Amino acid sequence: MTAAASDLRAGAVARLRLSPPEWPLVAPLGLIFVGFFLAPLALLVWTSMHADAEMTRLGPESWMRFLGDPFYLKVAADTLLLGLKTVALTLVLGVAIGLIFLEASPAQRTALLFIIILPLLLSVVVRTFAWIVILGSEGVVSNAALALGLTSAPFSLLQTELGLIISLAQIELPLMLLPLLSVMGRIDPNLLDASRALGASRWRTLWRVILPLSAPGLTAGCLLVFASSTAAFISQSVIGGGRLIYMPLVIWQQSIVVYNWPFAAVVSLCLLISVLGVIGVIHWLGRRVRA
Amino acid sequence: MRRIHAPADALYAAVVGLLGLIALAILVGPVLVVLAVSFTSEPSLRFPPQGFSLRWYAALIDPAQSGHIHEAALNSVTVALRAAGVATLVSGAAALWLRTRSGPAGRAVDLAFMSPLVLPMLSFGLAALILLTTIRVRPTLFWLSAGHLVVVAPYVLRTTAASLSQLGQPLLDSSASLGASRLYTFRRITLPIIAPGLAAGAFLAFMASMDNVPVSLFLSSARTDMLPIRLWGMIESSLDVRVAAASGVLVVSTTLLLLAMNRLVNLSRRISR
Repeated sequence: MTAAASDLRAGAVARLRLSPPEWPLVAPLGLIFVGFFLAPLALLVWTSMHADAEMTRLGPESWMRFLGDPFYLKVAADTLLLGLKTVALTLVLGVAIGLIFLEASPAQRTALLFIIILPLLLSVVVRTFAWIVILGSEGVVSNAALALGLTSAPFSLLQTELGLIISLAQIELPLMLLPLLSVMGRIDPNLLDASRALGASRWRTLWRVILPLSAPGLTAGCLLVFASSTAAFISQSVIGGGRLIYMPLVIWQQSIVVYNWPFAAVVSLCLLISVLGVIGVIHWLGRRVRA
Repeated sequence: MRRIHAPADALYAAVVGLLGLIALAILVGPVLVVLAVSFTSEPSLRFPPQGFSLRWYAALIDPAQSGHIHEAALNSVTVALRAAGVATLVSGAAALWLRTRSGPAGRAVDLAFMSPLVLPMLSFGLAALILLTTIRVRPTLFWLSAGHLVVVAPYVLRTTAASLSQLGQPLLDSSASLGASRLYTFRRITLPIIAPGLAAGAFLAFMASMDNVPVSLFLSSARTDMLPIRLWGMIESSLDVRVAAASGVLVVSTTLLLLAMNRLVNLSRRISR
């Protein structure tokens, strides 16, 4: 090494050593996160430990009221079931689109991505509103069934769980598809050809090659769909009407209408904890499938 | 050998094709239906719409009838611009810090920052309302922006981190050994590489804030009405056809924005990566 090059190198090293610390880069987001995310959540836990709506004394009564009431436990179970059913439907539809995506040309893939991302960016309120038009008694589904002679009277799928799950599928499907397609897009086409050449049917190729290789995308998609559909306040309240009750509606009613913040905080935390629990299970399942 | 599976393979094609069609219909159908209904000439949401008119768009534009919708839309845009703007700065900086930290600590910080994407933000909305009430401040547009900021920051973090993965350490090292200052290296190497990721993240953050319900539901009030909450109220109280017209405006503007972002930073590819 020449003297000049060594000088230059020493200079660079010195500059690196004298360089300013890097933590200021993360400090702003970190402070915002602690001050306006962790602090409120800690306060939520504190609020939930109050016994009465006026928050005059501490006590486990709000928790007992939720955990001891079969009505609220059923609401909690219904919420988690709704999430699981939505995951199941979006999983089937998502894999079907994924398989079409696998065999699509680059131009078709671009078009498909556009069709998936546009609804994702469109307001949830707008998409929910569209389902009122489709599922109502004067809506598309009812009119089509009448025209085909499948039914003799107009019917409404609003305020039914089926209607809610279909509309949630539309809202959540992009969340399933984005991680899934990104993983599927990386599958080596030669593997599929090899599977075929070795005599596997297309079903067998799907089960033994495509789905195992897509497991990380499927896991990520299921997590996002479950988390989003259990907390989908707008769809649950608009499509479900007053008839179907889920935890987000209870949180809203208890806090904004009834002003019982401790109880609303309890329901919020139960929603948070149960969603985290199911996410943990999905994550664990995903890792087992891969292993 | 292929013959053996012919019936099973035909069934496979039929099942995948049918499910794929249903999935595409569920994805796109509602968007088209809401556009069609917005041009109805009747005060009902029947589909197919009866007659063609622009009366609901006229009603939507009329300040006398729809002034409160305009106000809510303006509030939403203001909050979304602030939240997305600040998120781009702070998340972009945080992504630079996270780039070199692949250990457990770095991963834990990353997971924490990304958690608003999976945690039920309705719980956070309530928590934020309780916090503001405890410190006795009225939820203004400033606080709404702060609440949205936490929720939309992960989008910028994710897209910036993705574009940072293309930035090799050798590139930075050679820039430094050629005598460039860190600021110069940042300006000439890092920034051009992450700029598309920052732009894509800023756009996604803006759209997510425009559409945010869980935080706005708790922090907005009559004075600080937000567009999604206002539209939700209109749907719940009476099936006002102006909601269809407002939806039409949102469908068209979202499509145009997505087309523009696809052209500028190849957004579709970027978020499906």
